[in-house]
Amino acid sequence: MLSVLCPMHVVLCPDGLITSAGPTTQKLSRQQPVVGRPFLDVFEIKRPREITTLEGLREAAAMKLHLQLREPPHRELKGVLMEGPDEGQMIVNLSFGISVVDAVQDYKLTAADFAPTDLAIEMLYLVEAKSAAMEASRQLNRRLQGARVAAEEQALTDTLTGLRNRRGMDSILSDLIADGENFALMHMDLDYFKAVNDTMGHAAGDYVLQQVASIMLKEVRSHDTVARVGGDEFVLLLRDVEEPAVIDQIATRIIERIREPILFEGERCKVSGSAGTTLSRNYEVATADQLLGDADVALYESKHRGRGRHTFFSEELRARSEAAKIPLPRAQAPQM
Amino acid sequence: MHGLINRAIQRFVVDSYGAPQWAAVARRADLGFVEFEAMWTYDDAITPRVLAAVSDILDRPYDELMEDIGTYLVSHPNLEALRRLLRFGGVTFVEFLHSLDDLPDRARLAVADLTLPRLELREHGPHQYSLTCVGDIPGCGHLFTGVLRAMADDYGALVFLEHRGEADGVETVSIALLEADYAEGRGFELGAQAS
Repeated sequence: MLSVLCPMHVVLCPDGLITSAGPTTQKLSRQQPVVGRPFLDVFEIKRPREITTLEGLREAAAMKLHLQLREPPHRELKGVLMEGPDEGQMIVNLSFGISVVDAVQDYKLTAADFAPTDLAIEMLYLVEAKSAAMEASRQLNRRLQGARVAAEEQALTDTLTGLRNRRGMDSILSDLIADGENFALMHMDLDYFKAVNDTMGHAAGDYVLQQVASIMLKEVRSHDTVARVGGDEFVLLLRDVEEPAVIDQIATRIIERIREPILFEGERCKVSGSAGTTLSRNYEVATADQLLGDADVALYESKHRGRGRHTFFSEELRARSEAAKIPLPRAQAPQM
Repeated sequence: MHGLINRAIQRFVVDSYGAPQWAAVARRADLGFVEFEAMWTYDDAITPRVLAAVSDILDRPYDELMEDIGTYLVSHPNLEALRRLLRFGGVTFVEFLHSLDDLPDRARLAVADLTLPRLELREHGPHQYSLTCVGDIPGCGHLFTGVLRAMADDYGALVFLEHRGEADGVETVSIALLEADYAEGRGFELGAQAS
């Protein structure tokens, strides 16, 4: 009867020898049968405290026991011990507890090795079902992650300011060149921006960039393009330019408005803007690199003359900058 | 409808007939995409549309198709995990039959928002049973006929199955167990986890 109700039990005689064992208990020892051996030779009692004597074992009746098989792979078991019907007899019922997943593999157990009331099979079912569901979710996550990276790589927008990013600017610039449009390329960068970032924190810096972006968008016309191409660097593509004075007006207004202090959490952030512009009509054959490089020369001149101003590119400027051998770092904007 | 169900249909077509056929199904059903995600939820109207498209493209009668899908779910090596989960239902085919009532609850334990057809097993005689299926998709009785046929094979049992038609949305499958230990069956080790 005990073998059906508790297939993982052992019965001990008064001197601690195993006199009989349930069919599942018998599978636990591959080296020699458990029946006939002292219980404490087969199992080590780890808790409630280390029990090494029969008296100690007897005192642990009705308690939750943590046991470990002395034989490899040293599986841990749970158990409970009670006095048997005969004088001095003890009965221990065992269970694998949480290690049941490994145990069924180790001992090649089947559903028949567990009592019909035992939840072990349900637990194994759940472990497998959950692993399968989890794996499906993991695959979905991996695919979504890949799609996200791809989408970011293809993005044309700067997420912080909502302006075009470097890639977005490049594609519009090459379209303008290909269509032979008459346009101005203005390169503007912020002065003292690093100081704001360093002393007031990145949140203040990000706020300044957003405010500057909104100023630029308000000052340009609807068919113009504003892009943030680096940390504090912007490129403006201004179309249909007949009169350079208009460009100068736009640049000056932007620079004036940027110069006004920007309030962030009650503190004043002070930056200014320097700009340089080149006009596409000054080139017989314009290339993006040439235009960007020349706007850079003009920007450098603005910085050189004291910042917070706007300069048009001219051949004279180029000659001067080449003569001075001023290293002109062609703005290597980090990819955003 | 849960993505697992839509994806099962997709895998059936891909594994049995090839990816181009599935692409044709996706076009015919006007999905706008080719791959179902197993862990997403789709509009309920999509599944009947996909099944109709499969039936069209493969030129198979709908009921037969449903039964084939059922058989595929249990017997194809790519879905070994599912076969194993079903085998947890019982040590013998009869125990498995009796576990079918719990199947929707078992599925929900694993994937909380997965709803399977409601199943009920009735015992009419020592070896005579019937299974009633109530589901959102017409033909789920045919699908379970396929599942039962494949599971009987898995357990090594010899059964005679017959779809008895549909009444008020309830489909009935009669099951006659001719021999419980007819063949060897496929093994099932508790510890051998399907990948």
